[in-house]
Amino acid sequence: MRRVVVLGGGHSKFCFNSPKTSVEMLSEVAMDAIRESSLEARDIQAINVGNVLGDFAEGQGMVQSFFANDIGCFNVPATRFEGACASGSIALRDAFIWVASGYYDIVLVGGVERATAMGTALATRTFAMFGDSRYEFPTGFTFPAAFGLLAHLYAHRYRIPLERLKEQMAAVSVQSHEYAMKNPHAQIHKQLSKEEVLKSFMVTTPIQLHDACPFSDGAAAVVLASEEVAKKLTNQPVYISGIGQTSSGKLSSQYQYLPRLRARELAAEQAYRMAGLTPQDIDVCELHDCFSIAAIIAAEGLGLFEFGTAGEAWERGETRLGGKIPINMSGGLKAKGHPIGATGVSQAYELTRQLRGQLVEQGRQVDEAKHALMDTLGGDGVLVSIIFSAA
Amino acid sequence: MEYKVIFKDYNKALKRNKLLGLKCNDCGTVTCPPMMVCQECAGTNQEVVELSGKGQVLTFTTSYLNSEGRENELPITIVMVQLDEGPWIMGNLDDVDPKRVNMKLIGKRVGLGHRVFPGDRYSAGEAARPVFSYIEQIENV
Ligand SMILES: [Zn+2]
Repeated sequence: MRRVVVLGGGHSKFCFNSPKTSVEMLSEVAMDAIRESSLEARDIQAINVGNVLGDFAEGQGMVQSFFANDIGCFNVPATRFEGACASGSIALRDAFIWVASGYYDIVLVGGVERATAMGTALATRTFAMFGDSRYEFPTGFTFPAAFGLLAHLYAHRYRIPLERLKEQMAAVSVQSHEYAMKNPHAQIHKQLSKEEVLKSFMVTTPIQLHDACPFSDGAAAVVLASEEVAKKLTNQPVYISGIGQTSSGKLSSQYQYLPRLRARELAAEQAYRMAGLTPQDIDVCELHDCFSIAAIIAAEGLGLFEFGTAGEAWERGETRLGGKIPINMSGGLKAKGHPIGATGVSQAYELTRQLRGQLVEQGRQVDEAKHALMDTLGGDGVLVSIIFSAA
Repeated sequence: MEYKVIFKDYNKALKRNKLLGLKCNDCGTVTCPPMMVCQECAGTNQEVVELSGKGQVLTFTTSYLNSEGRENELPITIVMVQLDEGPWIMGNLDDVDPKRVNMKLIGKRVGLGHRVFPGDRYSAGEAARPVFSYIEQIENV
């Protein structure tokens, strides 16, 4: 297997009500990624794209072929990946495998979503399609509801009074808003206080509006290349050193293991083993904080904190810049935004920049970061862990 | 290989307040909602069983947000129940004001009823869902 490098990247500003179509958003970031890689569109041998709801949002399926044509990647094989909120991540992992295997030398990975075009009611309906449609959706089950169920189960399992857990959850959201202020691509640039979180609209108990990420529009892209090709193009290679992907079934079928997500733990294990690293080696992490409680559950599942303790870690500042393990220095899904097809690619873009030391001016650079971990959760059932290394 | 219980049959039974599951003849695990295989050992040596529909609440959420076309159901309490036979199943909770449920709900004994979600434009038809209500402890002692 060959070593694979992340070359250039492109990232749109995440936003509400994008004036641009999915094809336009994706084309712009893809061109940025190709240019930053010192390549031309004709150098791209294959394209992988994460996009989930283009069909519902714009009546546009198969966005991958139309955007490939728009940027001059004429007749290049382009494939769409669907794994709900982890779509961009499975597109990235698959591209890694193609390059590592030797079949392609240069693959473009993109992700795009324009969810806000649907409006909240239809967006909520379509997002609920990533739970079980026959046995669980009929109860009124939605994604916020999944994490409402997990939050109460978490409080009960680890014997944390709900009021305490709510404060810990608020600390997660407050921190994300703070770092998003420093990220020019973030959807939300607004300080948030613990009091504001706890006073916000109740979505589904105990999840309040500010425990939840927004609906978002946006796109991101990166170029992957073999080490041999990359050496001619960059003197700051960032390697993909470990990958993991797993799946799981409907929430009730994960039964005794909950509120832990077994599939995440297995995906992370794959990535750590492949990279020859442990959680202690990770310098910076972008994880899937679609809800504040989801961030707490993720940090534990990735082995960054003991089970039942991640909320306290956020409160103590261990997840901040300079803390034990800086998490979501981008502002996370909560405040950077969560255009679901693009999210995994955005995480990769972000961590690549962390490992190259390019975020100093933005005031959110983790000093001398060598290894970075990304974690993405798609619906009930797609978990991806990818580790990036600076050498 | 065919399913022993497909959704159509599960749904038909639930509409008569009967809950169908699958008991594994190899490891004894009961799987519900039904799958192709045993949810523990992945074996296919299973028989169809009717479950008691009784169990205890493990967790809950009261939703104030719902999908297009279902706003009239709000607020609604969703529960995860561990059935006496072992499996976990998602349903709703009756007889309680959704706005008043709290952590004390966890551990409460409940029994099965049902209500039919008539379906929407994406759901390919109706679906009965379990609706639980409190039962007296004494029933099971
Ligand atoms: Zn079995």
